[in-house]
Amino acid sequence: MTAPPPFQRTLETNADDVWRYLRGMVGAQAAEDCFQETFLAALRAYPRLRRDSNVRAWLLTIAHRKAIDHLRRRRRDTLEPLGDPAAPPTPDRAIWSAVATLPPRQRAAVLLRYACDQSHREIAAAIGCSEEAARRSLHEGLKRLRETL
Amino acid sequence: MSTTPDQIETTLRSPAPQAKLAARRLADRAAQRGADLFYSSEASPLGELLLVASRRGLIVLHYSPTDVDATLVELAERRSPRIVESTAALEPWRRQLAEYFEGARRDFDAPLDWRDITGFRRRVLRAATAIPYGESRSYKAVAAEAGSPAAARAAGNALGSNPLPIVIPCHRVRHTGGGLGGYTGGLDRKRLLLAIESRSG
Repeated sequence: MTAPPPFQRTLETNADDVWRYLRGMVGAQAAEDCFQETFLAALRAYPRLRRDSNVRAWLLTIAHRKAIDHLRRRRRDTLEPLGDPAAPPTPDRAIWSAVATLPPRQRAAVLLRYACDQSHREIAAAIGCSEEAARRSLHEGLKRLRETL
Repeated sequence: MSTTPDQIETTLRSPAPQAKLAARRLADRAAQRGADLFYSSEASPLGELLLVASRRGLIVLHYSPTDVDATLVELAERRSPRIVESTAALEPWRRQLAEYFEGARRDFDAPLDWRDITGFRRRVLRAATAIPYGESRSYKAVAAEAGSPAAARAAGNALGSNPLPIVIPCHRVRHTGGGLGGYTGGLDRKRLLLAIESRSG
């Protein structure tokens, strides 16, 4: 047994985590496009994935790259608000909006930790920084969130 | 309002119903481009059917698939792990099967994937494919057609391992004396298929 599991299973198991991460990173509207790009890129590389690899962390690393690409493009184009302006204000909304105001790296760290249950090491791998830097981003992001809320 | 990490985690981990829809859209897109195998489960007069196709054609048709997962894992190993669920991608076979069950279709022309069917087994299953709608042949005749007249029993085994029942009509093979013989999906299904064909033949 060397092949990774059927792609559909990987998609179903990880769709929620990838969606939540992207929703927090780029907002509910752009999350759909980034989600499609993430899983299509994953599908292309999929047969080369080893059976024992950490598939969730791998997918979130791809999702992170897609989110950062999207944010770069968006900065150049228009500045649409991250949140959904039509949604009623609730404590949940307040948390999502507060997350949206964090600098991208802190936002990524907070989301990977709290929306996707990733370890410091996995966060570091997804963002492409040291474990120590990941820990710091998470800490600062959390501190900033609690000041905002 | 002061917010604890617990509240933050609860909110950020809340269910994402949009994720399911996004995943379904992804699977349909991947079926058009990127995926190598597509599957879908189908209700039929013979019970639930599992259909799997490659880009070449239909590769699996299973009766009452109790272990879809095991079938897909085996295909991931043997063919490709790029497998997605997509009813749309299976449309030609689904439509032709539905027409067949209604008695409105006699031949299947949606492509079949013969790549992994080799040797004697391939010759036997090809011979079965050539039996016209509503007719039947003996195991011996099919063995002869496959080039080994003495190998009726081996032909029976090859027919029993038909990965594409119905569309490769192994149900049209019976004993010389008229006995039904065996069937991958059980004799009730064989009787039902023969009844459909005698009604509409």
